[in-house]
Amino acid sequence: MHKSEDFAQELIDSGYDFFTGAPCTIIGKLINTLTDRSDVTYIPAVREDAAVGVASGAYMAGKTPIVLMQNSGLGQCLNTLTSLNLIYKLPCLLIVTWRGFEGKDEPEHLVMGRTCNKLLDTVGITHHDFNHDNIKTLINMSYKLVTEKREPLVLFLKKGIIE
Amino acid sequence: MNYREAITTITELLNNQVVICANGLISKEAFTTKDRPENFYMIGSMGMASSIGLGVALNKPLRKVIILEGDGNLLMNIGSLPMAGSLQPRNLLHIVLDNEVYASTGNQPTISNVIELEEIAKPARYAYVKKVATNEELKKEVVYTLGNNSLSFLLVKIEDKEEQKKIGRVTHSPEQIKERFMSAID
Repeated sequence: MHKSEDFAQELIDSGYDFFTGAPCTIIGKLINTLTDRSDVTYIPAVREDAAVGVASGAYMAGKTPIVLMQNSGLGQCLNTLTSLNLIYKLPCLLIVTWRGFEGKDEPEHLVMGRTCNKLLDTVGITHHDFNHDNIKTLINMSYKLVTEKREPLVLFLKKGIIE
Repeated sequence: MNYREAITTITELLNNQVVICANGLISKEAFTTKDRPENFYMIGSMGMASSIGLGVALNKPLRKVIILEGDGNLLMNIGSLPMAGSLQPRNLLHIVLDNEVYASTGNQPTISNVIELEEIAKPARYAYVKKVATNEELKKEVVYTLGNNSLSFLLVKIEDKEEQKKIGRVTHSPEQIKERFMSAID
């Protein structure tokens, strides 16, 4: 298992400098780590779309933002992603926890768990999955992708990869 | 006061301040009144003006950032008020043009005829909150809040509910709006 502290450090080292979002148990420790660090800003958002909005403003003011959320939050921010980020070409990296993966979760996570990746395919948002071996590579590649393509990008994070 | 007068009054008092214009009539009217590179015109993502403005304000602390939106916009993202209040950006001025309807879609009622939005801004820890109903009051309060250096909220009561069907869309593309805006605030 990858430590949340190291994961946070890799995000910062790759160039991301503004963090916001809404929690999930999978990224709970990561958010606490970002909150506790005095050298970075993590803004607790009231909803995932508000997080994407704040991140978009931060981008226009010169930052390279990350939004952290559970896949349930993708539904909340779909309109912002499609009618703001995609059409204005406002990039941000979304680290989205994948609850309900392969149907092994509580009932409230099952529908989004089997559709969240297809939902992104439908609206045209690129996504990749973290696994135990690709964390650093994916984070570095993501920075290049969001800054060059200037589009939102989703990296899915399943249970059991960071602790 | 109708919202065209309100937007004209506000625009005339600006120099290089940053303005996040909400989608719908507000962006169209602001664009038609005076197209400025420091205006970010939203065409979608209703409700997000307040969040986008917060994101800009936090990262451009030396620039005054104005959120210009309607009652319908704010009600759709009312959580943005305590979010801003918790962070207290001193350079953020939130102006809400309240006509109690969704004017862009033909005047369907919102709920601001019974819910006083400025009364929500106070416990959300906006440092300066005022409600204005006349053009003179608006002018005075905009002059004051442009220079007051504290998180501020102006509720502007709009009388005229007449929708302005003839007004055109913003002619810049979304990408042009963004590029120009980013250069202007850099």
